[in-house]
Amino acid sequence: MSKDQKTIRHTFSVLTDNEPGVAARIIGLFSGRGYNIDSMTVAEVDPEKNLSRFTIVTTGTEMVLEQIRHQLERLVSSRAVKDLTADGPHLERELALIKVAGKDAKRIEALRLADVFRARVVDSSLESFVFEVTGSTEKVNAFINLMKELGIVEIARTGVAAMSRGAKGM
Amino acid sequence: MPTETMNGAQLLLRALTDQGVDTVFGYPGGAVLPIYDELFKQNSIRHILVRQEGGAVHAAEGYARSTGKTGVVLVTSGPGATNAVTGLTDALMDSIPIVCLTGQVPTHLIGNDAFQEADTTGITRPCTKHNYLVKSVNDVSRVVHEAFYVAKSGRPGPVVIDLPKDVLFAQGPYTPPPAAGKEHKNYRPRVKGDAHAIEQAVALMAKAKKPVFYCGGGVVNSGPRAAALLTELVKLTGFPITLTLMGLGAYPASDKQFLGMLGMHGLYEANWAMHDCDVMICIGARFDDRVTGRLDAFSPKSKKIHVDIDPSSINKNVRVDIPIVGDCGLVLEDMLKAWKAQKAQPDKKALGEWWRQIGEWRARNCLAYKPSKETVKPQFALERLYHHIKDKDFYVTTEVGQHQMWAAQFLKFEQPNRWMTSGGLGTMGYGLPAALGVQIAHPDALVIDVAGEASILMNIQEMSTIAQYRLPVKVFILNNEYMGMVRQWQELLHGGRYAESYMESLPDFVKLAEAFGAVGLRAEKPGDVDGLIREMIKVKKPVIADVRVDKAENCFPMIPSGKAHYEMILGDEAGKPGEQKVSEEGMVLV
Repeated sequence: MSKDQKTIRHTFSVLTDNEPGVAARIIGLFSGRGYNIDSMTVAEVDPEKNLSRFTIVTTGTEMVLEQIRHQLERLVSSRAVKDLTADGPHLERELALIKVAGKDAKRIEALRLADVFRARVVDSSLESFVFEVTGSTEKVNAFINLMKELGIVEIARTGVAAMSRGAKGM
Repeated sequence: MPTETMNGAQLLLRALTDQGVDTVFGYPGGAVLPIYDELFKQNSIRHILVRQEGGAVHAAEGYARSTGKTGVVLVTSGPGATNAVTGLTDALMDSIPIVCLTGQVPTHLIGNDAFQEADTTGITRPCTKHNYLVKSVNDVSRVVHEAFYVAKSGRPGPVVIDLPKDVLFAQGPYTPPPAAGKEHKNYRPRVKGDAHAIEQAVALMAKAKKPVFYCGGGVVNSGPRAAALLTELVKLTGFPITLTLMGLGAYPASDKQFLGMLGMHGLYEANWAMHDCDVMICIGARFDDRVTGRLDAFSPKSKKIHVDIDPSSINKNVRVDIPIVGDCGLVLEDMLKAWKAQKAQPDKKALGEWWRQIGEWRARNCLAYKPSKETVKPQFALERLYHHIKDKDFYVTTEVGQHQMWAAQFLKFEQPNRWMTSGGLGTMGYGLPAALGVQIAHPDALVIDVAGEASILMNIQEMSTIAQYRLPVKVFILNNEYMGMVRQWQELLHGGRYAESYMESLPDFVKLAEAFGAVGLRAEKPGDVDGLIREMIKVKKPVIADVRVDKAENCFPMIPSGKAHYEMILGDEAGKPGEQKVSEEGMVLV
């Protein structure tokens, strides 16, 4: 596969005006142009300045990723766009809630593994736990894979929130 | 602090007036009645009543493209807005500044499936540059000012303002237009090119042995000054120049450095120059698939400079070596300065050799066609048309298809803003309403819609608008009783099986003209053509000229889909139906 065709995973941060329809504009941009959204999170981050921040994880060729950045910048509602993967070291975190049901040894094993992953028990009954785990996507994946053996009932994940390391902001 | 209060409709008209709007193309309906009531009471804004909302947008496009101003459209909610969608998409693709005001059901009914309700901002989000739903009367005038700024700045495009009916009745304060630099809180597209990149570009140009300028609609959008600067730079360098369909007129077509249009139906010499060049200077064009042909064989030996106001146009289809983000006019100005400052001297010997090579390509005479004494060749009809209009103050619009490509090949434009055509979206039915918009803006000019008999029927209702405002628009139909371009592709790609491309039961265009109060003319033989054109120009009324042309004529040169520039086919080389070799990969392309 040539360099032009190789797809890579990138994480973008997008600061936008917090106004109706911005999420639709971004999602429409991705679906309309055939780009992937692996995950997308958004929330208001500055009520005074009326700013929302999107974290978008996507995969594409180098040319497509450059297009994605320019297309995001081109939105009239967008204030700043940063390709975190391209711009240097950055942090990625997501949170997952995982419901595991089981009895006896499996239950104890689940608790032990949760301890290893620093997952917290946020709900428990005699047959179940809900664990809250935070970390990189890889860590959350690893925890879920282990828990599969022990009786996962359901999973809820937030998707990635990310920012660059160091003193500088967006 | 603003003290005046008015109702939403009054605020809207005041804001339009302050934006310098003198003409609105529209169609009334329930949700916009308050606006029409205010329009009725004033005289500064002229309303042009079209016959279908799609026509209103194309008319505004013609108005905008021929004046450099922003076109304004006013339509009602629901079907009014959905009918406008094709025009909005057309304006988005061709970067035409439009502000489209749409009515909306009252805010408390939004989402209730009310009568004539449509999710206008939802529907138009992907086909506008930006859109607004105004939920408070306090925002009306501010949003109008902002919309005009967004439509016109950076890469121009259509902006929709959706106005619920209760907002139009409510009382609110007026906000005057903001000061320069404060039009928008954060949208400020880059217009000044990077000085270092411009110097690099000029240095590369000075060393070029086989350069070519490839320029497009961005130069036209930047304004007449950009076209003048482009002409100056091309003259100064002595390089050849080719223009895209959207760029025609950005450089005087009669000049010997002009190679003609490039692309799928571009000239042999233009496409070969693109293929063989060593330095390509792209200004305000976007490497569209109609221009590049097969991408992996596109201009393989060249270093590429790309000037565009829209960063997302750069490196989208073709990787370039020197990208310059900025307004064409400003960048051209800096390029000229840098060229003079560097005292750049083009390689005269290499350029001489390059021009000799171009001369050889030109000698192929790629637009040659077989003349006929029996039937009117469409190329002949356009040559005669050009002969009769070339010394007049003329504007040309087109529909979409073979006639459009022939018009681009055979009519020559010396100035920008004289040629209005649907390039990106390829909207049949564009030309007639666009021509009426042009004629409104230039009442004394000669405005001609070069049409096909299929396209013209797509918005023929606008003849009624033309009649109402006594607009002397000339419709010049090259009537081959086929959807010519569809038939040409079926001939080349589908074994000559002309599925549904034959226009049966055509109207009698002469009688149709008369029914609309226009003059109908017909030419059946080559000998009739000059007389028809003279009469068409002479009468001070709208005209439909039905020119019966050769039914079998195909438009050449042609780069078949999936082929490269060097695989262009020429008229005299073209084979019989079904014999053209187009790869299966090419067949799936459009």
